[in-house]
Amino acid sequence: MAAVGSACLFVGLLTAVYAVGAALYGALTARRRWIDSSRYAMYALAGLVVTAFGLLEVAYLTSDLSFRIVTQSSSADTPTFYKITGMWSTQEGSLLLWVLLLSIFSAAALRATRRTMRETVPYATAVLGGIAIFFLALSVFAESPFTTFAIPPAQGNGLNPLLRHPAMMIHPPMLYSGYVGFSIPFAFAIGALITRRTGADWIRATRRFALIAWTFLGFGVMLGALWSYSELGWGGYWAWDPVENASLMPWLTGTAFLHSVMVQEKRGMLKVWNVSLIVTTFVLALLGTFLVRSGILSSIHAFGASTLGAPFLAFIATVLVGSVVLVLVRLPDLRSEARLDSLVSRESVFVLNNLVLVGVCFVIFWGTFFPLISEAVTGTESSVGPPWFNQYVTPLALVLVLLAGIGPVIAWRRATLANLRRAFLVPVALAAATLLALLVLTPAAESVPSLIMFTLTGFVLAVVGQELWRGVGARRAMAGESPPVALGRLVARNRRRYGGYVVHAGIALLFLGVAASSAFVDQRDVRLRPGQTTEVGAYEVTYREPTARFLDDRSGTGAPITFGAVIDVQHLNGGERFTLDPARNYYAAGDGSGPMGTFGRFFQGESTTEVDVRWGVRRDFWMAVQPDLRALIAPIKEANRRFADLPGDAQTLVLAAIVDGYRRDPPPATFRTLVSPMIAWIWIGGGVMLLGALLALWPTTGARERRVTSVYAARLGRELSRA
Amino acid sequence: MNPRRKRKVRAVVLLTVALLLAGALVYTSFSAATEAATPSQLVTAADAGRSYELTGKVVDGSVERRGDDGLRFAVRDRTGQTAIPVVYSGVVPDPFREGREVIVEGRVRGGTLMADRDSLVTKCPSKFSEQKGSPSS
Repeated sequence: MAAVGSACLFVGLLTAVYAVGAALYGALTARRRWIDSSRYAMYALAGLVVTAFGLLEVAYLTSDLSFRIVTQSSSADTPTFYKITGMWSTQEGSLLLWVLLLSIFSAAALRATRRTMRETVPYATAVLGGIAIFFLALSVFAESPFTTFAIPPAQGNGLNPLLRHPAMMIHPPMLYSGYVGFSIPFAFAIGALITRRTGADWIRATRRFALIAWTFLGFGVMLGALWSYSELGWGGYWAWDPVENASLMPWLTGTAFLHSVMVQEKRGMLKVWNVSLIVTTFVLALLGTFLVRSGILSSIHAFGASTLGAPFLAFIATVLVGSVVLVLVRLPDLRSEARLDSLVSRESVFVLNNLVLVGVCFVIFWGTFFPLISEAVTGTESSVGPPWFNQYVTPLALVLVLLAGIGPVIAWRRATLANLRRAFLVPVALAAATLLALLVLTPAAESVPSLIMFTLTGFVLAVVGQELWRGVGARRAMAGESPPVALGRLVARNRRRYGGYVVHAGIALLFLGVAASSAFVDQRDVRLRPGQTTEVGAYEVTYREPTARFLDDRSGTGAPITFGAVIDVQHLNGGERFTLDPARNYYAAGDGSGPMGTFGRFFQGESTTEVDVRWGVRRDFWMAVQPDLRALIAPIKEANRRFADLPGDAQTLVLAAIVDGYRRDPPPATFRTLVSPMIAWIWIGGGVMLLGALLALWPTTGARERRVTSVYAARLGRELSRA
Repeated sequence: MNPRRKRKVRAVVLLTVALLLAGALVYTSFSAATEAATPSQLVTAADAGRSYELTGKVVDGSVERRGDDGLRFAVRDRTGQTAIPVVYSGVVPDPFREGREVIVEGRVRGGTLMADRDSLVTKCPSKFSEQKGSPSS
């Protein structure tokens, strides 16, 4: 099986080389058949990589330990869900996932454009093939996922317990889909530059792919944040860690790209800016893939120095230098067709939003790479922390949310006073009312940035609400439809536009959650004995009793031992009352030859926090526990002395007794408790954004027909008027 | 103003704003930065009152719990035996263990690194060293 898989990848590499050659030859000699052939080669490549990927999945599912990477990241007793997803926790597996997604995206994009853009497509094919060659060559020559052992080991390592969380397993494919998806608009932009077809054709052809990539990437980032919040024991969702930043940067420039291309479509402006943005986005996506593996920045994620550093850097440099040279050579072809008429116009709001997004991206880039920069400049490596990032990103985020309210409704070209009044009178009034209500009724004024953010959220939601209200009103007046029908049809007929509105409402809700939870969180770290009580925020927290579970893990991670606590929580003014059950999972390590002996090894491996959260739209109550295992040292030592030579079954009984000892004679435990107001709105906002993006992406069969008929109608009208 | 002059003014304003922002970025990053240091660097020369980001490995047998959520341990050079004691409080990351690589921030007082609350970061263990983690902490 491994041989077949290796062969698939090797033949895939040859196929990609052929596709590049055929596409270029076909383009230079204008031979259609060669170009078609290159497209078929890219389809074949997708087939080959899917086969290789499938074979590897089979190896994971059957726990075939002759595969090196299966041994590394799975084992026979790993739960099935984590067997399937264990592949992309390895370097080899994640490279294969990259190639898989790239080949599928490429095939889909080339199929979608098979009858259009005849000049540009062959060059785009060559670019996509070139990217595939790079990643396949890594897979074939450096990091083969099909390396096997002649003598398979008896058992596998299993999947890293920290990664055993559903969000964590979907997160890498989502993120990679985002990274890879941006290679499609990038390839077409390069093709358009080479053929001097620098109009909006390449944008229209790849708009959907850019939006898909953006959606996946955003969803991936959200899942990572959710994992951090609900699996790691620190209670936050974002730490400005280099690898988090690396995934956010291409999303920011991608967001800027999605907006600025509209200006090129409508007005023929910003051409240089758009190609530069997509090049930047793709390079940042490559950098994001690379950073996780490189070990050049200190991060919990940068796992050891990898051998891929040099080829990756060379590839990124090639892409960057090649693209910049191409843009410079083609500058005369990228002249704007129009000028900015007024600063008060949608074009200029989009330009401003682009500058802010790129500004945020630059701030994050500078902060992330600061250790390298400072070492180059001063000779000592230093780093900047979250306060530094927050100090810049907070004001820029406020500006972004403000623009998210203005951009969708301000007029193109030049906004008149009447237009502004019609678009913003009600939203500004509602935002002012929000501000007043917050000042009078809540303590929101304690944090000025949060207060501004709440007001801006009100503004954006009012803008979106007003648009929906007016649209529904118009349809009701015109067609006499009932409000729900009118709303449904309104959105269905203008999916891109209303999808965009929904995304803007989502981002406002997301920032509402960020602002409220970061400014008004109550946090308390405390050590309690069973029966003791403490206060957190407006809650009284009581440690009722400890729990100890043996071979009975509720969260499906396969952990053998779990210690936890039953916590009673009560609101100080009576009313709300609930119970939480935070826990900690323990995994075994070694073979019992260590200092803690046969029984100690079960507590010596990885341990993971199992957070318990009471989710709520008003506030989350978040709790993690760190049991103190020092009380178990004596019983473990005694068990080692007396029972180390017993057979396996009897040892299990002894271990169960030790575990139960924690429950019977409980030591104090350390708890971290967070009461975060409205933090759930981060996930709700993210969900709304996803919904909006899907709405904008949903294929409209009717729209295309309508466009065609309206083009005919217009032509007919022109000819009639001429006659 | 004629349109050409207007565009020129706009460009100058925009560039000035960008330059000012970039200047602030550079200035604040250098002044707010925490210097990275190894245990041997801190043992031989550490400015009192200056914040450092210590990287190294947790010395075997050095981890000791204190009080509510306190921790004492020693960090040694990645290759070498020079070690510095660390006093820490706050969240202990799940992968924290003796022999593992950690990053912790704090100030040196009396030959001990008094760590900032919640500043401890633990790198993933070597058994999973080739694994991809997640882009989120």
